[in-house]
Amino acid sequence: MTDVSLERVPLPVGSIGRRATGWWAMLFIVATEAAIFAYLLFSYYFFAIQPHSAPWPPGGPPEMKLALPNTIVLLASSGVVWWGEQGIRRGRSRRLALALLIAFVLGAIFVGVQFLEWSHKTFSFSSGVFGSLYFTITGFHMAHVAVGLVVLLVMALWSALGCFNAVRHAAISTGTLYWHFVDVVWLAVFFTFYITPRIG
Amino acid sequence: MSLAEYQRVPTIAAHDYESSFARKLERMWETRPGLIGWLGTVDHKEIGIRYIVTAFVFLILGGIEALIMRVQLAQPNEHVLTPEQYDQLFTTHGMTMIFLYSMPVLSGFSNYLWPLILGSRDMAMPRLNALSYWVYLCSGIFMYAGFVVGAGPNAGWFNYPPYSSATFNPGFNIDIYALGMVLFGISTTVGGINFMVTALRARAPGMSINRLPILIWGTLTASAGNLLAVPSVSLAFLMLWMDRRLGTHFFDAASEGQPLLWQHLFWIFGHPWVYAIVLPAMGMVSDGLPVFCRRPLVGYSAVALATVITMVIGFGVWVHHMFATGLPNLGLSFFSAASLVIVIPSAVSVFAWTATIWTGRVVFTSAFMFYASFIVLFVIGGVSGFMTASVPVDWQLTDTYFGVAHLHYVLIGINVFPVVGALYFWFPKMTGRMLSERLGRWNFWTMFIGFNLAFFPMHIVGLLGMPRRIYTYPTDYGWNTNNMIISIGAFLFAIGVALLIANIAISLRRGRVAGPNPWDAPTLEWATPSPPPPYNFVVIPTVASRHPLWEDRLNESTCESSIRTGAELDNDKEAIAVTALDAEPDVILKMPHDTVLPFLLSLCLTALFVGMAALTWWLVVAALVAGAVIAVAWLWPRAALGQTAETA
Amino acid sequence: MLSVALTLLVAATAPALADAPMSYLTGYGPRAHPVTALTWGLLAISVAVMVIMTVLVVLAVLRRGRPRIVVDADGRLPVDHPAGGVNWIVIGIAATSIALLGSLIWTMAVLARVAAPPTEAGLTLEVTGHQWWWQVRYTDAEKPSRVFVTANEIHIPVNTPVRIRLRSDDVIHSFWVPALGGKMDVIPGQTNETWIEADKPGSYPGRCAEYCGVQHANMAFSVIAQSEDDFQRWWDHELAAPPSPANDIVASGQRLFQVRCGACHAIRGTGAGGIYGPDLSHLMDRDALAAGALPNTPAHLAGWVADPQGSKPGNQMPYLALPGPELGKIGAYLQTLD
Repeated sequence: MTDVSLERVPLPVGSIGRRATGWWAMLFIVATEAAIFAYLLFSYYFFAIQPHSAPWPPGGPPEMKLALPNTIVLLASSGVVWWGEQGIRRGRSRRLALALLIAFVLGAIFVGVQFLEWSHKTFSFSSGVFGSLYFTITGFHMAHVAVGLVVLLVMALWSALGCFNAVRHAAISTGTLYWHFVDVVWLAVFFTFYITPRIG
Repeated sequence: MSLAEYQRVPTIAAHDYESSFARKLERMWETRPGLIGWLGTVDHKEIGIRYIVTAFVFLILGGIEALIMRVQLAQPNEHVLTPEQYDQLFTTHGMTMIFLYSMPVLSGFSNYLWPLILGSRDMAMPRLNALSYWVYLCSGIFMYAGFVVGAGPNAGWFNYPPYSSATFNPGFNIDIYALGMVLFGISTTVGGINFMVTALRARAPGMSINRLPILIWGTLTASAGNLLAVPSVSLAFLMLWMDRRLGTHFFDAASEGQPLLWQHLFWIFGHPWVYAIVLPAMGMVSDGLPVFCRRPLVGYSAVALATVITMVIGFGVWVHHMFATGLPNLGLSFFSAASLVIVIPSAVSVFAWTATIWTGRVVFTSAFMFYASFIVLFVIGGVSGFMTASVPVDWQLTDTYFGVAHLHYVLIGINVFPVVGALYFWFPKMTGRMLSERLGRWNFWTMFIGFNLAFFPMHIVGLLGMPRRIYTYPTDYGWNTNNMIISIGAFLFAIGVALLIANIAISLRRGRVAGPNPWDAPTLEWATPSPPPPYNFVVIPTVASRHPLWEDRLNESTCESSIRTGAELDNDKEAIAVTALDAEPDVILKMPHDTVLPFLLSLCLTALFVGMAALTWWLVVAALVAGAVIAVAWLWPRAALGQTAETA
Repeated sequence: MLSVALTLLVAATAPALADAPMSYLTGYGPRAHPVTALTWGLLAISVAVMVIMTVLVVLAVLRRGRPRIVVDADGRLPVDHPAGGVNWIVIGIAATSIALLGSLIWTMAVLARVAAPPTEAGLTLEVTGHQWWWQVRYTDAEKPSRVFVTANEIHIPVNTPVRIRLRSDDVIHSFWVPALGGKMDVIPGQTNETWIEADKPGSYPGRCAEYCGVQHANMAFSVIAQSEDDFQRWWDHELAAPPSPANDIVASGQRLFQVRCGACHAIRGTGAGGIYGPDLSHLMDRDALAAGALPNTPAHLAGWVADPQGSKPGNQMPYLALPGPELGKIGAYLQTLD
């Protein structure tokens, strides 16, 4: 006999929530992606603590009037996605699809406002180290948002097609985990570029 | 909708590998013939062997590069190579050995062995497994593309800017290397994720974490390290490429960029990487050596713990590659201390191996000789590393041949020797035939003597002040004799590698038939036929100890593993997932069938990087769109894989 | 066995030690002495560990007195689980930790001793790394008129700590004089500092130790330690203008040099004032040409000017395709620069 046994144990078959392989994989994708952002921000702080010949950031701490509401929009999208996921846990497929579409719209607004913010900058990608850092780091984040938008849209499509129910929705658990990550990591980026110049 | 509708009680039965049940599994799991089948296979054994073969091709290429360099350096003031040719050769040699050989060869062994050792039918994510191989192959070809047309990387494998910037290195040499490394990083990351999930989920019921063989600990630790370290170097190479081609200023001192940022990002990655390319190899020794000592490994828990701790400390020692860059002494002291402390977990393993031999009863085989000699090479590579951990001494040693000696004792001693030992050990499992033991002895002694002849004198010539990365040297520095010996040793070592390949070629056809367990080894892979069928285990085994096949002789546990009787799981391709720590059965996984999507996605990724290298933006966009379409197709929820609401 | 073989190998190559001027197994002066001692100390520990572990592994493999391996009725080999192995790890780690702790303390002590010169530096040099040569600027805070620039040869007074400020004009290099102490990298965008002090007159070779491009192999320099008096005489001589041309050949050589070479090279006291290449004032006082690529003999000098890419391919001095007579005159002129 063994200390663990398969005899007479009913086991779920296939992808079920956090028992799904994909969900576990997403955990590690998030870990390695988080590491990328950690190194990006490490690079920023590496420069921030060096002596500067010109004001850092150029033109003083960046304006909050677009970035702060935009941050709230992005966080709201996470909330909406969470609401949708709670829905599918009770089998509400339409609520999920609706939530994913709303989150998509909020994410798209974030991208639009971010482009607006970029267009107002007096520095560019290649004008100096700060510009390189700012556009690379926010650009990296934007690329993640863009991927996230595709994920949201595809998940909305699958929900609308009725792929999922209260038990089978591992793809949703996995995809929303990614979107939450994209939103949370923005807080680190936001804190770095918009808050630290004001406190240090 | 309740969970009950998606549940099943697995049928428990006993079958052998000749039964009609086994034939049924075979039909489900086997790779289809033909090109599409070949491109689409997701069988971990097939992928593992491809990894090993590809890595060996790169090992041979890198070895040939080394031999050409050793001809140039055999005597002072040689003119076999131009300086530029020499620079491309030493950089390509480093790139090949450190990236395209060392990690992939271990990924190959782990890919092949993991499911067999873990008592599983495949890796947790077989399609991802195929993707990581194809991306690796593409990145290798990509990185060699420049070298083949005479524009190989030429700034050393650690590629310090500003020398690697567009100002001082305007050709596309560095662009290819930089982008190729990012592509290669994708392969490593994808593979790492797969190993993590597999180790935590795709094990036989009962294989709790205190029963994992050390190879699993090694690759698991390496994978975790890679997931956290590879982003650093990928980012650094991407930033460098942006500096070179898109006008950013990260590393460009003329515009207040910081050349030292590169060194930080590179070595934050580089040092954990060194552990990633030795820990799985050390794991192979920890599992293989005891078989030839007829006893379990001494200090299993200590060795497993040491494996993990090595990686953890490994993230805190990167500055010891930067002792001479003018950082404050206080910081140097900290990193010096950390670099000395990391000796301790390594020493744990060394004493464990030595004690295993001492207290065991030795069965002399070629595999044993490679494993046992590895301990000595490990110690030599270790003590030279200990010397470089001391800041003031490192100020002398760094960038001399002493460092070259050290890194070769580490990479060849701790990677190549275990890998060759592992080939002798697992070749019978992979092919069903034994490698020739007689040729094996010749193979061992030529490699061992050649290796020490080639690399031990490098310590001496380093202490005599010979800097590394010089294409020639003057006659009057006292370096001549040693360099001649080094070159002779290098060729002897190459003959040893050739003997290995000859042994493989001969034994594949004429080797003695192995049977399932020729070494009478304790772990689960030896419970399958040699070579194992596509489905690995005819029924899912249940494990009750660290040494399932030695239980009757060791009396370690009151429980007994069940190997002949187990879950059938024959409702299409199925495997079992367990809870992460205790390995209680958790879920029946529906495993994917063969598909060419991973291959196609790797082509898209390669096209993306070709587009970036050529600054051809339409290709970049097209590759991204095509890649996204393939990814969506890949992930589309399928009823057959238990991903949709339908009940199967 | 391996240890014996390796010892024999070392013995066979050891005679080289006597004439290995770049070796750091012997050191000179207060910067190098503690480091050399520590290097030998750690080397001794390392060799001891290597020998002990090799002996243990070989004994473990070959030792007798263990129960024989007898195949059982099923044709299987025996397996057992003898006790006592874990003691190896405990004892081994205890011994290792003691050695490590000792090494760490010694390391920290040496680091503290060599961090700064024992007395205030008597001289500050600004050394700039270039692909592939060294520019050396002698500073004098009190008398700016005594400041001058030279290349690839650093004269210092003995028993005086000399502060070296390191800058790079292009890529990363590393300043290294093994006999006088360790390396310090030369990194664009930052100024690193190190110091050297020789306690014996003599010539100490140095090299660039960080890969910096195709001619990294030929980026040598030397440090020449002299008595205080000799050093001051050398400095005065360096400040002196070159002699006026003694004959027509030399005079036209000087004119040609100014036109052909003066955009890159400087010779103090003449119209040649280029800053891209090494300063060639008092060139004939130096032992080597082209950062150690060639000995400074008339033949090598002529060959170098005629075809600088021949002996140091890839270096930044272009092939000028000068006609033979011009080469002769420039050579004649350069040889007057003592």
